[in-house]
Amino acid sequence: MIKRISSVLLAPAIAILTSVIVASLALIVSGHSPLAALRAMIEYVATTDSLVTILNRAAPLYVVALGVAIGFKMNLFNIGADGQYRLAALIAAGASSAFSLPRVLHITAVILIAIIVGALWALIPGVLKVTRNVNEVISTIMLNYVATGLSAYLLVNYLRNESLPNVAETKTVPESAQLPSLNGFIENFGFHFPRLTVLNGFLPIAILVGILFYLLIWRTRFGFDLRITGASPAAARSSGVSPKGMIIKTIMISGGLAGLAATGFLLTDFTKYNETFPLGLPFTGIAVALLGRNHPGGIAVAAFAWMGIEQASRGLLPEKIPPEISKILLGTLLISSVISFEVVRRRNLTQTIKQAAGAIPGGRSSSDPPHVGSTSAGAPA
Amino acid sequence: MTDAALTDDAPERPAIELRGIVKRFPGVVANDGVNLAVRPGTIHAIVGENGAGKSTLMKTLYGAHRPDEGEILLHGEAVTFKSPRDAISRGIGMVFQHFMLADNLTVWENIVLGDEPGSKAFLDRKRARRTLVELGARYGLRVNPDAYVSDLGVGDKQRVEILKVLFRGAQIIILDEPTAVLVPQEVDALFASLRSLTAEGVTVIFISHKLDEVRAVADDITVIRAGRTVGEVQPGDVTARQLAEMMVGRELPRPEPRTDAPSETVELLLGDVCIAGPGELDILDHVSITVRRGEVVGIAGVEGNGQSELLDAIMGLRPLKSGMISVGGNSLDGLSTRDRRDVGVGYIPEDRHKDGVVLPAPLWENVMLGHQGSKPFSVRGWINRIAARAAAKKIIAEYDVRTPGCDVAAIALSGGNQQKLIVGREMTAGPCVLIAAHPTRGVDVGAQSAIWDYIRVARTEGLAVLLISADLEELLALSDTLLVMLRGAIVATLDPKTVTIAELGAYMTGAAETEAA
Repeated sequence: MIKRISSVLLAPAIAILTSVIVASLALIVSGHSPLAALRAMIEYVATTDSLVTILNRAAPLYVVALGVAIGFKMNLFNIGADGQYRLAALIAAGASSAFSLPRVLHITAVILIAIIVGALWALIPGVLKVTRNVNEVISTIMLNYVATGLSAYLLVNYLRNESLPNVAETKTVPESAQLPSLNGFIENFGFHFPRLTVLNGFLPIAILVGILFYLLIWRTRFGFDLRITGASPAAARSSGVSPKGMIIKTIMISGGLAGLAATGFLLTDFTKYNETFPLGLPFTGIAVALLGRNHPGGIAVAAFAWMGIEQASRGLLPEKIPPEISKILLGTLLISSVISFEVVRRRNLTQTIKQAAGAIPGGRSSSDPPHVGSTSAGAPA
Repeated sequence: MTDAALTDDAPERPAIELRGIVKRFPGVVANDGVNLAVRPGTIHAIVGENGAGKSTLMKTLYGAHRPDEGEILLHGEAVTFKSPRDAISRGIGMVFQHFMLADNLTVWENIVLGDEPGSKAFLDRKRARRTLVELGARYGLRVNPDAYVSDLGVGDKQRVEILKVLFRGAQIIILDEPTAVLVPQEVDALFASLRSLTAEGVTVIFISHKLDEVRAVADDITVIRAGRTVGEVQPGDVTARQLAEMMVGRELPRPEPRTDAPSETVELLLGDVCIAGPGELDILDHVSITVRRGEVVGIAGVEGNGQSELLDAIMGLRPLKSGMISVGGNSLDGLSTRDRRDVGVGYIPEDRHKDGVVLPAPLWENVMLGHQGSKPFSVRGWINRIAARAAAKKIIAEYDVRTPGCDVAAIALSGGNQQKLIVGREMTAGPCVLIAAHPTRGVDVGAQSAIWDYIRVARTEGLAVLLISADLEELLALSDTLLVMLRGAIVATLDPKTVTIAELGAYMTGAAETEAA
């Protein structure tokens, strides 16, 4: 058990160490003290307000990253989370004020609208891939531009708040559609938030989605089909999985999660869609999915760490240390984690092969030695 | 040279000699003390089970990797090959089992590729073609230098590969299982070529596990088992059976004649099945096959004559142009691959790594593959991990899959053990029809006889089996009825008890048609 845990933690440990060294070197070269930077970051981040801010921002990031990860699980690269998220935010914002319902129903309806918009926008590259074999990386990226243009058009012509003639923004999401804060619930347990610190109600939704994601991928037949399609498309097909159906379902789930993530901001801190709405999130989601190894637990840690480092970097400004150091830290963390996970994976594979060979009487393989990648012969020149 | 002159009566110095070669890979000792001495101008066969270490040994000889221990002597002189290029420059050429030719180039272009005659900027076409024609005439390897490789048959492609290494000045040629891809007539032609090569002083090292062929062509035979040399024999001194026992180290189970007869109930029926090809011709041309309960119908044929498409058609992976397929009297028309699995079609795919297992997935997940939609593996869409693990453990025990446990990834298992897992999985699901494509390809002799036994037992219990194989021995050992496929059509129905290899070969190549016409 201890061995297993250490092998799981080895790769992230290497990655964190590498990125900290690289960021420290960058600080030293630019004439700053890494220790001072670290102290400033920790001091800034170790407050209730900072932690709540991190949670508020990490929750939508987590959901969008799960959406990217479900695609990655079957080698389907949905780079279009940006467009799906943007359109979902805009249309859900516009629609939320068009009708009124009791609170629970209103929230549910707006969230469903966001999910459906994201899923339908993702359906376009899905259909293109299934019918015309269009690579989804290309089509989703292109559709991001279409979504940008389309959302501007919709906002100006149909979904704008008419009472503000010179501002391109939607009406504010009605009170009955806004997610309640968790402050009241947590204060029941005797914990008191500082003034103006609000823990958003999206966090439980994100946690629930994470649990559902785990169950769907690892405990259902759909998840089994999805994982084998990712690992071996031909084997999946021979086993009776319909590749087209899997592509359509998966990309719609992926888009739906991008749409859901948008409500994490829309129904909490940003109650309308305008130019200040946080749009960079989906691309960060791709990085976070990679960093979290497409696993709901890993992505949770990655999303929290990512937002944590961004938040902590704000503490550097008073110390006259460029906060951009956090970008270096995150960038090297991403690259070194991708590399170290692969190295550790190969090491573990070699160990498993050794064990398997050991299970054979006489300690020999009963067939060709399994190839790990380095034993193949060179072709004749 | 001088010391050879000193000792007149000394035996001829080996063209190539290996002493105590040891080569380890992660988890396996592929070669564990191999000794080999090859006389110049002879055909020296190296035989052994799959995984005995033959290919590893050849890669050592060819410079594709360096041995961990031991030495290589070339004409009595110790050499070290850092790369295949070194080996080629010392006159050692290798012909791989899988051809490495560019289809869109002509024969002579392929042969000179990478070693072009002429100045740096210009290719001397005339000289290239002339050298090639001379080489072909000298060694009896006739191919049209201007033909495109894509138009050549398998036998011709192999001759091109051999010419390629001769063109580079090879005096020692290593052939890795050269007959695996050939039909019997082509094998004879290859052997004739090899003899004319040795007559011209070329040394041939021939790797195989087909013992009759080895006995027919080799001057000396070295047997390796479990990475060690177990003996060197002359083909005249041993029978194929004795050789097999040296290879395996135990007695081969003798195939037992069948006493019961298959029932009359038709389980699998294909009626005039056609599949459209890319051009005018259909890939499958009015194929009709009947497999009854308790019957094994074997399909022989050179690979690429529609067998893969036939499998796809039955499994619902490729649309039919016309015709019908039914299982147990019910048409499969409109059923998905999953539906077909569910009505009781078991499937052992032809490409184990591509279609049969998911290599990075653990064994207990691989055991569900193809059956993930049915009990006990899933109930109402939820996977039952406990049942899957139990099933995996049962298959591992009953089918002798050698593994430390069911959580190991399939990639960690050897090919034979992966295949046993696949066979176990398909058999355990209780199919009424089994579509078995090359069920023992790349599997060692022990696993092969085990898999044959499983199929025989299941057949006796009423399973209908459609067996597609490139291994004639396997087809003859298992089939009750033998069909031959050529250019997408069934061209002959034969009785495996009376058919001869020569007859089969004639139908497989189409020679029988021309004789009859």
